[in-house]
Amino acid sequence: MTTRASPLYAARNILRRDLTLAFRRPGEWLQPVAFFFIVTLLFPLALDPELAHLRRLAPAALWVAALLSSVLAVDFLFREDGRDGTLEQFALSGQPFAWLLLAKTVAHWLLTGLPLTLATPFAALALGAPASSVPGVLAALLLGSISLSLLGAIGAGLTLGLRRGGALLSLLVLPLAVPTLIFGARATELAIQGEPATGPMYLLAALAALGVTLAPLAAAAAVRISLE
Amino acid sequence: MSWAWFHRFGSPPYFYAVAGRLVPWLAWPAGLLILAGLYGGVVMAPPDYQQSDAARIMYVHVPAAYVGMMSYSVMALAAAIGLVWRIKVCHAVAAATAPIGAGFTAVCLVTGMLWGQPMWGTYWAWDPRLVSMLVLLFFFLGYVGLRGAIDDISRADRSSAVLAIVGFVNVPIIHFSVTWWNSIHQGPSIIRKGGPAMPASMWVPLVLVIFGFTFYFYAVMLVRARAEVLRRDRGGSWVRELLAPEENP
Repeated sequence: MTTRASPLYAARNILRRDLTLAFRRPGEWLQPVAFFFIVTLLFPLALDPELAHLRRLAPAALWVAALLSSVLAVDFLFREDGRDGTLEQFALSGQPFAWLLLAKTVAHWLLTGLPLTLATPFAALALGAPASSVPGVLAALLLGSISLSLLGAIGAGLTLGLRRGGALLSLLVLPLAVPTLIFGARATELAIQGEPATGPMYLLAALAALGVTLAPLAAAAAVRISLE
Repeated sequence: MSWAWFHRFGSPPYFYAVAGRLVPWLAWPAGLLILAGLYGGVVMAPPDYQQSDAARIMYVHVPAAYVGMMSYSVMALAAAIGLVWRIKVCHAVAAATAPIGAGFTAVCLVTGMLWGQPMWGTYWAWDPRLVSMLVLLFFFLGYVGLRGAIDDISRADRSSAVLAIVGFVNVPIIHFSVTWWNSIHQGPSIIRKGGPAMPASMWVPLVLVIFGFTFYFYAVMLVRARAEVLRRDRGGSWVRELLAPEENP
């Protein structure tokens, strides 16, 4: 009889595997970041390029772009592994399924959420935000992108293997992301205005904590149903 | 306490028969309550001291908002019971509820817009409750969309049930987050400390219409759920006996 590996070990292996696979196909995870830049670029082109005007719209532009790009990215989350049967092996492995999916979601966040967060200061500066607001903007996006990845995992689990999953995925995930958008945009706005953003930051952190605890369970239920 | 009476509802033929008998008992009171309430509200009640006759749209707007929110709870509860105890009838009820809830939510939004134009001077304001109802409508649409995108009925049932539960957990968070803005929407007027903020000639009709809409919702929901149960069991022997009894002696 073989002893089962510890869940921590399994999660670490999944993390390493997903990151290795992703680094061999950089196009996939660089696309959402490029998409994010293009959307934020469209705002100044559609408005007048006066920095004072752009500064007022910067939080909205950044967060709508981040939301859209994270919905775009999360479409990749389970697709390949669902197609080639890897997820079924996860489900049969005897390890806690929600935990394994959380490991996959963390890998996905490292590949899409983190680059997105790191890309935001450049977009924010281009939209006229002062350099002093960069730490606040970074913190808001860091917390917000965690929630977005976790919510996206639920949507990706529900639409796994569906033919027209992409548009449906955004219809399912975007309403769920409303609180993240509101608090995130508010925190970013306060940071850009140079005011303390503690309140919305705490709420963003609370949403992220709630997401880490509950979303993997919902995602696991969704993926399990989709696999049967 | 014995739960046998409850478990019998899990059987499609039993549900079909009981629901069929219940429908008239819900539909007739619904019609009478709505007629009485609307007569009381539109004809008998005095005009509002500030808004005059425009406030009368309240007799449709408020009940529609209430039933829209209630139907999401009914849908999520039915879906959760169906998911946990694997009762197909509950999934049929959830599937039947979603379009009705979407309809009532849409009625609430449209009447709210018509009311907002003369009162606030605009059809749409970014008010927390408006946004909450709009997000609720998107939840219903997402639920219907997910259900429609999945061909396998068992997977459609359970996937959409997970979505309904996730949405249900999120509704209070969304409501709280959109309250972040200042509201121009008026606060609760009936159930509040110190009694209703309007005379009985105004709130009695309102309560009648709320009950009327609720009865109407359950009547339509049961009719739709019966059709859904029939559709799902179309190959079943009880359906064949029901629809063509002479061919199955």
